[in-house]
Amino acid sequence: MLLRHTPTEITERTALTINPAKTCQPIGAMYAALGVHGCLPHSHGSQGCCAYHRSALTRHYKEPISATTSSFTEGASVFGGQANMLQAINNIFTVYNPEVIAIHTTCLSETIGDDLPQMKKKAHAEGTIPEGKYVISASTPSYAGSHVTGFSNMVKSMAEMAEPKGKKNGKVNIIPGWVEPCDMEEIKRLTAIIGVKTILFPDTSGVLNGPLSGEYKMFPDGGTTVAELQSTGDSLGTLALGEWCSADAARTLDTKHKVPCSILDMPFGLMATDRFIDALRTIAGVTIPEEIAYERGQLVDMISDMHQYLYGKKVALVGDPDQLIAMTEFLVSMDMKPIHIVTGTPGNKFEKRIKEITKDMGCEVNVRAKGDMFLLHQWIKNEPVDLIIGNTYCKYIARDEDIPYVRWGFPILDRQGHQYFPTVGYKGGLRLLEKILGVLLDRKDRDDSETKFELVL
Amino acid sequence: MRKVAIYGKGGIGKSTTTQNLVAGLVELGRKIMVVGCDPKADSTRLLLGGLAQKSVLDTLREEGEDVELDDIRKRGYGNTWCVESGGPEPGVGCAGRGIITSINMLESLGAYEESEGLDYAFYDVLGDVVCGGFAMPIRDGKAEEIYIVVSGEMMAMYAANNISKGIVKFAASGSVRLGGLICNSRAVDNEAEMIEKFAAKLGTKMIYFVPRNNDVQRAEINRKTVLEWNPEVPQADVYRGLAKAIDGNKDLVIPTPMEIEVLEELLMEYGLMEAV
Repeated sequence: MLLRHTPTEITERTALTINPAKTCQPIGAMYAALGVHGCLPHSHGSQGCCAYHRSALTRHYKEPISATTSSFTEGASVFGGQANMLQAINNIFTVYNPEVIAIHTTCLSETIGDDLPQMKKKAHAEGTIPEGKYVISASTPSYAGSHVTGFSNMVKSMAEMAEPKGKKNGKVNIIPGWVEPCDMEEIKRLTAIIGVKTILFPDTSGVLNGPLSGEYKMFPDGGTTVAELQSTGDSLGTLALGEWCSADAARTLDTKHKVPCSILDMPFGLMATDRFIDALRTIAGVTIPEEIAYERGQLVDMISDMHQYLYGKKVALVGDPDQLIAMTEFLVSMDMKPIHIVTGTPGNKFEKRIKEITKDMGCEVNVRAKGDMFLLHQWIKNEPVDLIIGNTYCKYIARDEDIPYVRWGFPILDRQGHQYFPTVGYKGGLRLLEKILGVLLDRKDRDDSETKFELVL
Repeated sequence: MRKVAIYGKGGIGKSTTTQNLVAGLVELGRKIMVVGCDPKADSTRLLLGGLAQKSVLDTLREEGEDVELDDIRKRGYGNTWCVESGGPEPGVGCAGRGIITSINMLESLGAYEESEGLDYAFYDVLGDVVCGGFAMPIRDGKAEEIYIVVSGEMMAMYAANNISKGIVKFAASGSVRLGGLICNSRAVDNEAEMIEKFAAKLGTKMIYFVPRNNDVQRAEINRKTVLEWNPEVPQADVYRGLAKAIDGNKDLVIPTPMEIEVLEELLMEYGLMEAV
């Protein structure tokens, strides 16, 4: 009972977060940056930040994460980090020679007021940035927002690389949001079947789920190329998946280069995938290909076959806003009851959206943006659930309360597969369902009496 | 929209001058937002008639990150928008960060959008450019015109010279420029001539000379700008003149700050003239 001190009685807290449901902005910025081909993330701050952010990503993706740091010392904190930054840019291009350096700030450099755009201009003026190489930057103080905000800020700075040539490229920008590398692969598979030419950014497939080949590549083959990013300004439109992760970048392309955007939910589960596929179909001007209709049918089939085991099951969810919105809708559509929902990321819109999705569910829903896992645990103590879906940190609650549990979201530190098996799209829906049914039926088998213990379920 | 930042030594009269200047610009029909960048949050007192405005940072602290634009700005004299960044009490926290936070927040809430129809945004910044936070208003894409309030006193000129050094740094990579010096007179000997010479050495000009007048003080006691308190007094015309001068100013330069020895020579030359 590692969490035995969590009291059932809930008291209103204003100044204390216990077991946060979020992490640092730069982790998101770093993950996004790895989705650009030949990009080296750079952390403008002290070394400890960079070391932590790299290891947080390595623990989840089980891949080495390379990133550089401005290595702030006492002196840099007092005199500003410009000298360190200029030296770093010079060293990075000399030693590692990436295509792009993606700089993000840290709490320290933000607090002392370092101005990244000004430093970039100075580096340009001094000729430190070689011809044809790029430096992008995002402001990512961790005392505002969450890792999702950092991700979104870095994706926005990718959108700012757009350099329209004035001739449409016949492609659609897809901003997938913070999903797994395999999810990005799955999105590309679906768009290819429908016949839409796309620029997907960021794209971590082939970067953070690559094979062990015996040869170390600092810059793996995957990732959105600079040429593609520059071309996003000539695209027909942008589909942004997830308001929190992707909307800012899409709106930037819309306001700066008149590339119209629509903002969709992340395509997790049946209905959100339907909307995504429908948007692609409309753009391509085709009817839905047989192959996709087939996959959809399989998902619908499994939902109806196993509905009796899903119906009325109460679920607690923790994760990031865009993912939770789609997941909540998926669960509700299968007559499950997501009753406790927490994200650590701020945003009143989240609570409103969840309330809207769950309004016909017929029971009270606890939802909190900027909440923590301590609160989720208390809610569970007050009204127990049949299932928890969330990241690895949920394992403590699941164990203490003896509740079936599916790992989904970021970070997953103690199981494998999330990098390789997508959960977006209809096939991803099947996988989610397989996992959910797996733990629910395991529990049934464990708890059923000998007379109720069935061979066939 | 012209984005203007007013800098100058602490106590020189930046807030008073800014608000009276704004009142003058209001008379010219301009639409203005004043952003106070001082933890004391007293940059908009005269425009708001003494109303204590809840600062951006207070709002942020009490209501969390979901803040609306109308939570942090108030209508003041002549339909000006008034914002106070606010900040920590003296001796704690980080006032510079407070300014970064509140300007970022105003931007993300769309306070500077074209749809707001502003002619001017004024940043009234405390004292000197002491750290990165106080330089926030002159980062690229923020204020593009700086006016330094100065008097003929040594330390005020010293501060103005230092502020110019800050501007040079940002001007090299951005669009910020010095618009001129506003002399807020302390009735020092040969003040106007000295500041004119000082301005010339900085590569700019004294855009206006505001004589010392107790009516400013009287208006302040009444929590009003001079133009609102008594539009007939001569000092009201002074601020009208200042407003016209700034409204018509097109001379924006990268300043050429001087060595301390040069500054001291200047003081010797003018400050001692009368005695000799």
